Amino acid sequence: MTRRILISMAACAATLVAQADKKAAAPAAAGADNSFFLRNVTVHPVTGPEIAGGAVLVKDGKIAEVGAKLVAPKGVKVVEGKGLHVWPGMINSATQLGLQEISSIRETVDTGEIGTFNPQLRPLIAVNPESEHLPVTRANGITSAMTMPASGGGGGSRSAGTSPLIPGHVSLMHLDGWTWEEMEIKRNAALMIQFPTIETRTFNFMEFTAGRTAFTEAKRFYDRRVKELNDYFDQARNYQKAKAVARPDFRIDLAFEAMLPVLDGKLPVIIPAPDERTIKGAIEFIEKQKLKGILANIGRAGTTLELIKAKNIPVIIGESTDLPEQEDDAYDKNYARAADLHKAGIKFAFGTFDTQFARNLPFQAGIAAGYGLPPAEAVKAVTINAAEIWGIAGEYGSIEKGKWADLILTDGDLLEHKTSVKQMWIKGRAVSLENKHTKMYEKYLARP
Amino acid sequence: MRFVSNLRNVSYSFALALAAAATLGAQVIVIQNANILPVTKPGFKGSVVIENGKIKEMGEKVVVPAGAQVIEANGQYLMPGIIDCHSHIAADAINEGSVSVSSMVGIEDVLNPTDISIYRGLAGGVTSSNILHGSANAIGGKCTLIKMRWGKSASEMVFEGAKPSIKFALGENPKRRGSAGSGPLQGSPGSLRYPATRMGVEDVIRQAFNDAKIYQAKWQEYNAKTAKGEVAIPPRRDLKLEPLVEVLESKRFVHAHSYRADEILMLLRVADDYGFKIRTLQHVLEGYKVAKEIAAHGAGASTFSDWWAYKVEAFDAIPYNAAILTKKGVLTSINSDSADVTRRLNTEAAKAVKYGGLTETEALALITINPAKQLAVDNRVGSIEVGKDADLVLYDKHPLSSYAVAQKVFVDGSMYFDRMKDIEERGKKELVKKQMIDRSKEQERLQQKKMGPPPAGARRPA
Repeated sequence: MTRRILISMAACAATLVAQADKKAAAPAAAGADNSFFLRNVTVHPVTGPEIAGGAVLVKDGKIAEVGAKLVAPKGVKVVEGKGLHVWPGMINSATQLGLQEISSIRETVDTGEIGTFNPQLRPLIAVNPESEHLPVTRANGITSAMTMPASGGGGGSRSAGTSPLIPGHVSLMHLDGWTWEEMEIKRNAALMIQFPTIETRTFNFMEFTAGRTAFTEAKRFYDRRVKELNDYFDQARNYQKAKAVARPDFRIDLAFEAMLPVLDGKLPVIIPAPDERTIKGAIEFIEKQKLKGILANIGRAGTTLELIKAKNIPVIIGESTDLPEQEDDAYDKNYARAADLHKAGIKFAFGTFDTQFARNLPFQAGIAAGYGLPPAEAVKAVTINAAEIWGIAGEYGSIEKGKWADLILTDGDLLEHKTSVKQMWIKGRAVSLENKHTKMYEKYLARP
Repeated sequence: MRFVSNLRNVSYSFALALAAAATLGAQVIVIQNANILPVTKPGFKGSVVIENGKIKEMGEKVVVPAGAQVIEANGQYLMPGIIDCHSHIAADAINEGSVSVSSMVGIEDVLNPTDISIYRGLAGGVTSSNILHGSANAIGGKCTLIKMRWGKSASEMVFEGAKPSIKFALGENPKRRGSAGSGPLQGSPGSLRYPATRMGVEDVIRQAFNDAKIYQAKWQEYNAKTAKGEVAIPPRRDLKLEPLVEVLESKRFVHAHSYRADEILMLLRVADDYGFKIRTLQHVLEGYKVAKEIAAHGAGASTFSDWWAYKVEAFDAIPYNAAILTKKGVLTSINSDSADVTRRLNTEAAKAVKYGGLTETEALALITINPAKQLAVDNRVGSIEVGKDADLVLYDKHPLSSYAVAQKVFVDGSMYFDRMKDIEERGKKELVKKQMIDRSKEQERLQQKKMGPPPAGARRPA
């Protein structure tokens, strides 16, 4: 007991020190100054042609004017952008930021809850605003991110429990704020469904051994899981009906409550679908339940691209830099994945589907551009496309009058590995690009 | 029957060998109008002449020998083949996890030349790869440096003449078997393995070298006696200690997996005490904290570009590591440790321009001449220079660009990867694959006809 108190006292002291440091270091959400005039800069609005020698006027956090021939209004702070480029802040459409600090240490991982159906869970409220990953990710020009739960139970360790069918919602957040409330863009951005897959190859992480299941057996298990999922949606609809004619003693069920916007088609479901069968199954499910759908991580999509296009379902790509799944796949199959989707006319955005590599979002898009995706489309897939898929394009995702000023200033091409981000604004406020890594760099570079 | 089919195999491989000899032998290749990045010298626009697998001539203008095959580069970028200083591809086994000192095992015994990762690495510009054991043991096994000669046998892939080396490992991985846990490679309560701490890791290494010194002395005594013509009984050969004696006698390099500054310093001091050098610290995530000590010892550093936070010992890893180490005088390379990342080490190196401001040439050196020096093969590979092996990559854009795609890759002057050819052959390969599947289905059908229908719920053939 004494020990625990001591530890928590030490932790408090550490927090106080950290905050004292931060006051000096990070203007973050503290400053009220959210108006400025950025000039002599190459503007990349993303939704329109680039403007050389352009300017952006930001007033009260929003973009007030964009153009080539703007004059700074009196009294507004001027930011010089000579030789630099301004872009919309990037949106990473799949991460576990804020929910996971050190992936191998269970106590620092809050991604995987116990149970099959958890639609009531919202990642945002478990986001640690002091996570080292947030400023590290920000430093590469990413202003906001989707953060999501995972399968597994046991907090998220890969060895525990069976996979859930509904692990929870995904949240959309800014990567800066004193609290998660200040970070919030959309607490419930979509409901995540872990659609069943037919797995004939199994892997036991406890014993580190591979195994095989007969196809018929795997298919039977799959059918049972799909039925379970459909049954749950039917129950939620029954709940909806019962609630409509509710008596005073009607008991509110938080899980079914969370299902209501989904049943009404107001909130999309996001379904990772790694292969052809799962994609077909997921689309059939989306249609049957009359849902708004987003697919994710469609690694072995095979011949289903036309189907996805026909149903007008957007996709979050996370596999661009993954190894091809099969030995006899083309060596560049996943590098070229985004180009394939573009050719098929499917709307897509990039996500990194992890925490430690969340900062590499622009590189993923850049490499996809090397393998056939037009560079302008690659930029859209980390900005405006993401905003459209998440339903926030009215406020974010491009440099247009009336939108929030989530902006980044770079010394070069957005998607080049060599490019540095010089400045960042979230809702018009300058945000620090300093982080654990830059601090350690400065400290040890100066070691005598 | 068996005899006949063996004969056929022999003549088939004989034909293959002939074909290979033909491509390697007399052929002269000229790559012209390329933006050449020699790495050890300033870049220029010009040509390279390849003869007998070596770079014969290079310059803004070269004499094209009669009968040479000319490759028009059209301003594309030619750089030395990438050298991955830390990889686990092309090996059928990685960890001999039963004992803490497993110096008796070696990768060369388990090389798998048919691993598709070799081709995928080639397609990412890699021409040499250092294949290491895993990090389960304080003293692992013997490493093998390979050239990515896709299609050749295991023994033909070995980088001939490269100095032998051995893998060591510090920190969380070698101590994992010392504590019970549910994760892979962890011990169970009844079968814990020493060491369980970083203190124990040091002890294991020191103890092993104490044993090696005694073993070395026995052989020295024996050799001295026989040299004088005396009759002596040779010591019993110890395959575990032999490689460690080679380390003591500077005949074998040590590549040491390491993360934290404390364990890095520990190993440098152990090596100092026993009078040997650590050739490279691998991963060396906190190397930036002890760069001065690493430089003073003379060890090289081979690190990741930006991996971090996947375990506690990786929480202080920073992407500026390669830049700090370089600036503080440590010979540094960037490696992949992954069949995935090895396919784009060019852009991994580009991150060192972003994080820490290395020059483009310094960044390219991290994946070419620097790992070549660390592996002591810089007389053969790692830069574009007359007399060196023609291990080259032609990129469509500057190799440090996100948009760069390797087009042609040469090892010993032979083209082992050609993007155009790969794309062209895809249709043909799909057709062959389909034919094989159809044939297998047909055989299955005939089999079933003979055996009768399978019982309900029977397993489908895997």
